[in-house]
Amino acid sequence: MSNATIISKTAVELSRSLSEKELSSQEVAQAYLEQIDRVDPQVHAFLHRDDDDFLAQANASDKRRAEGNTLGPLDGIPVAIKDVISVQGQPLTAASKILENYISPYDATVIRKLKDAGAVIGGRLNLDEFAMGSSTENSAYGPTRNPWDFDRVPGGSSGGSSAAVASREAPLTLGSDTGGSIRQPASLCGVVGVKPTYGMVSRYGLAAFASSLDQIGPFSQTVEDAALLLETISGHDPLDSTSFPTEVPQYSAALRDPLTPCTLGLPKEFFGEGIDDEVRKAIDETIEFYKSLGHKIVEISLPTTDLAVPVYYVIATAEASSNLARYDGIRYTSRSEQSENAINVYAKSRGEGFGEEVKRRCILGAYGLSSGYYDAYYLKAQKTRTLIREDFSRVFKEVDVILTPTAPTPAFKFGEKSNDPISMYLSDIFTISTNLAGLPALSVPCGFTNSGLPIGMQLIGQAFEESSLLSIAHAYDREHRFGCQSPNI
Amino acid sequence: MSESDPNPMDIDYVSNLARIELTKEEREKFHHQLGDVLQYFEKLKEVDVDGVEPTAHAFPRFNVWDEDQAKEPFSVKQAIQNAPQSRNSQIVVPKVVED
Repeated sequence: MSNATIISKTAVELSRSLSEKELSSQEVAQAYLEQIDRVDPQVHAFLHRDDDDFLAQANASDKRRAEGNTLGPLDGIPVAIKDVISVQGQPLTAASKILENYISPYDATVIRKLKDAGAVIGGRLNLDEFAMGSSTENSAYGPTRNPWDFDRVPGGSSGGSSAAVASREAPLTLGSDTGGSIRQPASLCGVVGVKPTYGMVSRYGLAAFASSLDQIGPFSQTVEDAALLLETISGHDPLDSTSFPTEVPQYSAALRDPLTPCTLGLPKEFFGEGIDDEVRKAIDETIEFYKSLGHKIVEISLPTTDLAVPVYYVIATAEASSNLARYDGIRYTSRSEQSENAINVYAKSRGEGFGEEVKRRCILGAYGLSSGYYDAYYLKAQKTRTLIREDFSRVFKEVDVILTPTAPTPAFKFGEKSNDPISMYLSDIFTISTNLAGLPALSVPCGFTNSGLPIGMQLIGQAFEESSLLSIAHAYDREHRFGCQSPNI
Repeated sequence: MSESDPNPMDIDYVSNLARIELTKEEREKFHHQLGDVLQYFEKLKEVDVDGVEPTAHAFPRFNVWDEDQAKEPFSVKQAIQNAPQSRNSQIVVPKVVED
């Protein structure tokens, strides 16, 4: 089988080929390494690779298979990792200079689960520094390019994770989503990305950005692949006290059940001004498709929609300013050579080690929490967050899922928004409210613009109802499979 | 500074709270940009949240206890492997007290 054929396969197809002995995990690993060698000098999805370790894991998988001890459908399948998730013995930079030399001393829970499932853990993927951004332009190690148009951003913050799947450098990747950091880059790169319900996937071993909003989730070509990866990494973890004690359904089995007619809600506030015409057209066609399957479409209202972005930036920056205090120039970060005493070692190390956006957000967060401003900003935002949650609760009495565009526009050009924080923040306008409400949501590719840029639709589900969310998404995806189209690179 | 000031943030004071040293250029750039962001946050002032409880977590959990069991901790070597300066299994820090 040619390398081009191997890397075009979905994870489910690769898994089948491995179990039918048409392929070895070694051949799969080799094919991806060659593709990374070929395209990554331009795409720049990877910050670090350890090819020997990668091939050794593939070898171990082949050995298990030969002995009849295969660990499951992911055994022998490569999964590349956003560089904020700890893999023992590997670097974790969070795309920041301050963690330039950091090596993880332990595995994140999601990594332990993947290893238990036999997955072949791949390289470290680029992102906006500490997952703060929507374009991957904030990486201290240079941006990732969108595989569909190298002049455009891949989205962010998990831009390396989305670009790696789109450019067939990995069949599966993990990212993290605090305000849209999985779904927006999935949309801009034409792949599937899932943000699970808050508490569904352990955050142990994830470099924290905003702890009440962060979730780890999968990227893939198809919804079927995402379901397989998600069911592997989900589940209660005593090492994360916010992890929710609930059973994890077999999502991939649920996809095979016939889908009963359901109700999809279109929030009128998401379909106002500011949506690109081609995005709107693609979403309209998606709506028509769901109607043709016999599902009901209703208009709904989420009146707090325009409050989500300000609420998010108050809460996320406050949590970030607190979480990032650990990068202190003392214990496990780089230290400024200019530091003279025990006080300015912090300020100088952080001043040198953090990039602009991270500094901006830590300062904004410290301000919102500071004496005299706490009530006006942080407390007010937390109360408004309650109103946003209540909006969703009310709407979910009428509908099963909510359908929206994932992002208002296709991928934008480098530099287009990087000097205007608010315009960058607004590129997450459709994804942010679900993090505030803790709900599961995903982005599925639903077409291309005339110039060949991918477009994504977002489906938002009820808390802990990933099964129905994935099933409804799969009903569209299996007939269209836009994520299986690959860019000409 | 008054409540109505469009940019009430004292950037030197807050960057010190955040323990981040800024260059002169950053200070000027941020003052302008964060002023815009704070202006954008003004939207929140109009929201009526009378009697609304704040949300800290979407699905709050309380009293999450761990079994009181001894576990194998990191070795000293693992614990300090990432420290920027270490000596004799200890992290070296800048001098805290005067001679």
